[in-house]
Amino acid sequence: MSSQAARSGAATAGRIPAPKRPAGTLYRGREGMWSWVLHRITGTAIFFFLLVHILDTSLIRLDAAAYDAVIGTYKTPIMGLGELALVAAIGLHALNGLRVIAIDFTQWGVKHQRLMFWIAIALWVVLMLGFAPRHLMHVFGGE
Amino acid sequence: MADNPSVEAGLSAFTVTLIIRRFDPETMDEPVWKDYDVELYPTDRVLDALHKIKWEQDGSLTFRRSCAHGICGSDAMRINGRNRLACKTLIKDLDITQPIYVEAIKGLPLEKDLVVDMEPFFASYREIQPFLIADAKPKDGKERIQSVAQREIFDDTTKCILCAACTSSCPVFWTDGQYFGPAAIVNAHRFIFDSRDEAAKVRLDILNDKEGVWRCRTTFNCTEACPRGIQVTQAIAEVKNAILAGKPAIPAGV
Repeated sequence: MSSQAARSGAATAGRIPAPKRPAGTLYRGREGMWSWVLHRITGTAIFFFLLVHILDTSLIRLDAAAYDAVIGTYKTPIMGLGELALVAAIGLHALNGLRVIAIDFTQWGVKHQRLMFWIAIALWVVLMLGFAPRHLMHVFGGE
Repeated sequence: MADNPSVEAGLSAFTVTLIIRRFDPETMDEPVWKDYDVELYPTDRVLDALHKIKWEQDGSLTFRRSCAHGICGSDAMRINGRNRLACKTLIKDLDITQPIYVEAIKGLPLEKDLVVDMEPFFASYREIQPFLIADAKPKDGKERIQSVAQREIFDDTTKCILCAACTSSCPVFWTDGQYFGPAAIVNAHRFIFDSRDEAAKVRLDILNDKEGVWRCRTTFNCTEACPRGIQVTQAIAEVKNAILAGKPAIPAGV
């Protein structure tokens, strides 16, 4: 009887369709997997920043005027937002990097990796709350 | 079923929808999702649901299972996006207001429905030489004596049933099939940290490789997927540290 009710209930509630893509579902990893994804994304982004950063900084050894010209082009609101993203990426990568070191070298770290992830996120939020308003005032408020 | 303990306990059945990723290599180019309604008790397992579908609705549904009690390690599959043994996953532990998604484990070649080719997995397992290597004669000619503390340090990694839930939950393994994978490292750990074994150096050399332990990015998917509760990521970290130290840290003997 109750199974009949459950069946009709399911029918009226509307069927939940199968995923459209024949590909599998997204693996539902937890904090460890997502911290790794974030670490990869921020790491790759920081690599490309460093590549450009080394190139433009090395210009000063060739031609000071050219260096000034290149650095001058960075002083736009878009680059200002880029700097915000850069600090955010480096902050997250650094804090999670400490977590990864603790996992690799201590049993304590392996045991508390999930807690450490949330501590890293909390510290990162605090750092960004301190940095972002000040930085955005510089970028959009003019000096 | 009259002898069903759920019936004796006064529990009633309800309809559960399973959405299964089906693939037939002879007629399909790509897998498709198909849904099935099954009458189940809360005490049933996902494996019971698969049996009901195969026996009562669609005999072509293909999956592996042998003991059906969490020992043989045949029925690892992805249930609601996580690697689990179908025989150890109770229906009441899943959200049955939603359909249950069941698909094959990831990263190994899909053969049919929920069956994958396990050969790459076992090839990695064989490569770490998963057997005791002890050429020296025991001291008094009889037994290789081991202290409780010596046994303790590799106790966790003796529990592996080679179901591949860990290896196929590893994002590194999905994209790099050459990586040894968590299961092979766990089984290497079982012998590397065994005081009776004499080939720790050989196994550490095998795993001190671009495709060895250094591929581990500590995502902890393996630890969370292991149906035996093995602390897989910790075992891998211990092997990493043994490679750095040149030898495993084994307590003094009896």
